[in-house]
Amino acid sequence: MALRPDFEIISEWIAPGSRVLDLGCGDGALLAYLNATRGVSSYGLEIDGANIIKCIEAGVNVIQTDLDAGLSDFDADSFDYVILSQTLQAVYYPDRLLDEMLRVGREGIVTFPNFGHWQNRVQIALGGHMPVSRNLPNEWYNTPNIHLCTLRDFEQLCAKNGISVLQRTVVDHAHRGGWGMRLLPNLLGEIALYRFRRKPN
Amino acid sequence: MPITLPADSVGIVTPQTLHFSEPLALDCGRTLDEYELVYETYGALNAARSNAILVCHALSGDHHAAGYHSPEDKKPGWWDSCIGPGKPFDTRRFFVVSLNNLGGCKGSTGPVSVNPATGKPYGPDFPIVTVRDWVQSQARLGAALGITQWAAVIGGSLGGMQALQWAIDFPDGLRHALAIAAAPKLSAQNIAFNEVARQAIMSDPDFHAGHYYEHNVVPRRGLMLARMLGHITYLSDDAMRAKFGRELREGKLSFGFDVEFQVESYLRYQGQSFVERFDANTYLLMTKVLDYFDPAAEFNHDLSAALKAATAKFFVIAFTSDWRFSPARSREIVRALLDNDHQVSYAEITSSEGHDAFLMPNTHYQTLLHTYLERVAREVGV
Repeated sequence: MALRPDFEIISEWIAPGSRVLDLGCGDGALLAYLNATRGVSSYGLEIDGANIIKCIEAGVNVIQTDLDAGLSDFDADSFDYVILSQTLQAVYYPDRLLDEMLRVGREGIVTFPNFGHWQNRVQIALGGHMPVSRNLPNEWYNTPNIHLCTLRDFEQLCAKNGISVLQRTVVDHAHRGGWGMRLLPNLLGEIALYRFRRKPN
Repeated sequence: MPITLPADSVGIVTPQTLHFSEPLALDCGRTLDEYELVYETYGALNAARSNAILVCHALSGDHHAAGYHSPEDKKPGWWDSCIGPGKPFDTRRFFVVSLNNLGGCKGSTGPVSVNPATGKPYGPDFPIVTVRDWVQSQARLGAALGITQWAAVIGGSLGGMQALQWAIDFPDGLRHALAIAAAPKLSAQNIAFNEVARQAIMSDPDFHAGHYYEHNVVPRRGLMLARMLGHITYLSDDAMRAKFGRELREGKLSFGFDVEFQVESYLRYQGQSFVERFDANTYLLMTKVLDYFDPAAEFNHDLSAALKAATAKFFVIAFTSDWRFSPARSREIVRALLDNDHQVSYAEITSSEGHDAFLMPNTHYQTLLHTYLERVAREVGV
């Protein structure tokens, strides 16, 4: 199975032997990778029954749950990292979920498709239609992505909610970086990866 | 039995009995000086003795979990959907053990057995046992069969409670605990239903304070009512609607109190057939085992503390329409396991079958079990 390239970047951010919670863990591939490469102790949360079976097959601890129902099963500060990979844009309350992530975890890691990428802007501005792309393959009427945002939107939400960004990486669909993306991340970056924590009071 | 056995059946099985003469000290303070356990096994124990699975039965279950006792049997064992070659508990890889618990009425020592001290059936004098007592007796059975560590202990409902108790009492005695449609303890509502069932039995004029064997009668009506009540709690509103709706047996109202609606007929049939195969004193005892189950009690009512010493990996499964032991109850177990950083997975299966769903064939459920047990098989090298 081909490894999703953002996994490698996330893995580099994770300290070996730490405790990891993956929200919307899908088929468990990221956790299986982190278990193997970082020796973490981990749990995934997932809503889809077919994915639960894949997680079980992958030997990953998985809890079937609806992220929109919150993380009330988890005590405060019970994880080192809480990961939300390609899922932020699909939940009802992204702002509350970020708060929940930093309640149960010391640090949060999110990845999401950057809606501010120039191709999206061109499709709306010139094409006059909702963008459809490699990272946003669905039509507007059947997309699970109900809360798309740009890098700027995300960072503004963090600032407003007392969250400080520790690390940001912006990559293209092949998860390559580049000077262009470093210079104009919100325009040229296709996928954004953030590591963040609560600002000390 | 079908004319030809299905290829995935364990076939004709013969129950076996083991006599234990080492006294068993019970939670109630009394001691069983000797006792017998009846059990069945499916598949073969491997040389490393690493492939044994213990299946624990629920309230009215017994040792006959799979296959047929004779070619005349109409139905296979109670968990035949899961036990057999190629089934989730694959008997080509695993050695599956299923027993009748102490206090049962299918061959293990219980109220219907003769008390060696009096020469008469124990009846109501049989000690009220607990899940913990059962687990102790199961450990002795395992030892007698040469099993020092179960690859998995698996059960639904009251059976799931035994799996939990195993993980607490014998951390090294099992690698995996599968608790299906279970709860960490009964709610007041659960106990209330049990109490109505007990009152139904005990208020039957044929009950004779539990000594009905001496009068050559059976508290039929009471046991039947108890089973009818229980059956309502095993089904969901949706399942009953889908199965019976408001169908009338005769197609019209008869303005009387005889059976009119199909659901009445079904419940009476369930109640009556249960009376033929189950003992009232055992039913009373089983409901008490349920009521008393509360492993957190001796840990200051902290379930996390109770599960702290457990080292097994857990798989907790609940069914959406189960209102007897709802998914929320299973999540209490999951939460306590998470508190301890224990290995746990949890699946909530969409089903309209209510509590009974754990016994029903369901593709997603069986795939989940199959997938999990394959992982167990890899771990134990079979």
